[in-house]
Amino acid sequence: MTELEEPQRLPIADDKDVVRVRQAVRVIALAAKLPLVDQTKLVTAASELARNTLIHGGGGHALVGQVHNGRRAGVRAEFVDTGPGIADLDLAFTDGYTTGSGLGLGLSGSRRLVDEFEIVTAAGEGTRITVTKWAR
Amino acid sequence: MKVDAEARQRLSAFLVTHEEPIVRQWTEIAARTLRGRLTNTELTRQVRDVFGALQAVLGADSDGEIAGAESGESRGALAELSRAWARQGFTPSETAGLVFTVKEVVLGLTESGQAELPTTDFLLLSLVVDDMGLFTFETYTKTRESVIADQTEQLLELSTPVVKLWDGVVAVPLVGTLDSARAQVVMEKLLQTLVDTGSAFAIVDITGVPAVDTQVAQHILKTVVAARLMGAECIISGIRPQIAQTVVALGIEFGDIVTKSNLADALLHALRASGVEVVRRASRDKAF
Repeated sequence: MTELEEPQRLPIADDKDVVRVRQAVRVIALAAKLPLVDQTKLVTAASELARNTLIHGGGGHALVGQVHNGRRAGVRAEFVDTGPGIADLDLAFTDGYTTGSGLGLGLSGSRRLVDEFEIVTAAGEGTRITVTKWAR
Repeated sequence: MKVDAEARQRLSAFLVTHEEPIVRQWTEIAARTLRGRLTNTELTRQVRDVFGALQAVLGADSDGEIAGAESGESRGALAELSRAWARQGFTPSETAGLVFTVKEVVLGLTESGQAELPTTDFLLLSLVVDDMGLFTFETYTKTRESVIADQTEQLLELSTPVVKLWDGVVAVPLVGTLDSARAQVVMEKLLQTLVDTGSAFAIVDITGVPAVDTQVAQHILKTVVAARLMGAECIISGIRPQIAQTVVALGIEFGDIVTKSNLADALLHALRASGVEVVRRASRDKAF
């Protein structure tokens, strides 16, 4: 995996922080010259994951920045929390499954919105999700 | 900070004796920092008010504290002034500085030999003035906070108008982030307007919503279901290409809800469904 360049660290502690993460991702996606559709997809995925960090992870932080793979630019966002973690990943990635009151599409849907999706989690050990969207 | 009665009396007498030069110089110095944002008359009146408050705090029946039980009137006067300054856009330093200026004035008077004041008395005056300045500062912050709270509330109301497009057709143009609080306001307003106008069609336009994630979608879906329960048909318009692709990738189902790419199409759909014929009039040249 390539390294995050000049990552911005954003706390996620309330609803307003979710909006801030979304805006930061949009700015970086614009700077990386992602097409409008990909910008929107990445921003939406960031919004979902940041809200997961807040609601299910009990808050945490996000690291967002550009990445380069050879001459290709991309945008990467990491969402880190120290919450209860996810015990059953298959179940969590099932469309429509939710432990909250949402639609149950956030986690599975955001995986479909990005190019790379990596999740590190275990019950009781928090969750770290890294997503990347590459410029075409 | 309590100031003993004797010292207060001395200070009070000092202020009374030198009232005119103090107020004059105070106004002059204040006018310099405020750079014409207040008229001279207004400024003089306000300086006199602060001066009055200071005298009252030092007065015979007071306990020498701005926070004291006897200083209610002075607090009221100071609070009113600092609220006025906050609303006129003065900075916090300017607001507190306006009060602190009196020290500079008194110091100037004693140094130039126009007045005489023992150092201990000057320090006591300084303590009282500091308290007053801090009080002004506190009121200023409170006022600013309430201004911000008011604005947030107004924004919530302002950003969610429900407009009547046609007889029986109302629309809600959504702009910006749709969080739970706003979604609630939107739903309440829309449902109330449906009742008030007896409309059968409601159009929710999301052209101004930058990103539709699952939470936004859920809020929209709830609003649509609520409107349906009241017997109105809901149309979602303003779905841009990037939003459509994102919604599909997320896997959100809008089911049998009518969606249109723009408001004009949604209005046309509502008109046709309510039996209104929309025909272009043949031009006059062709008619004759």
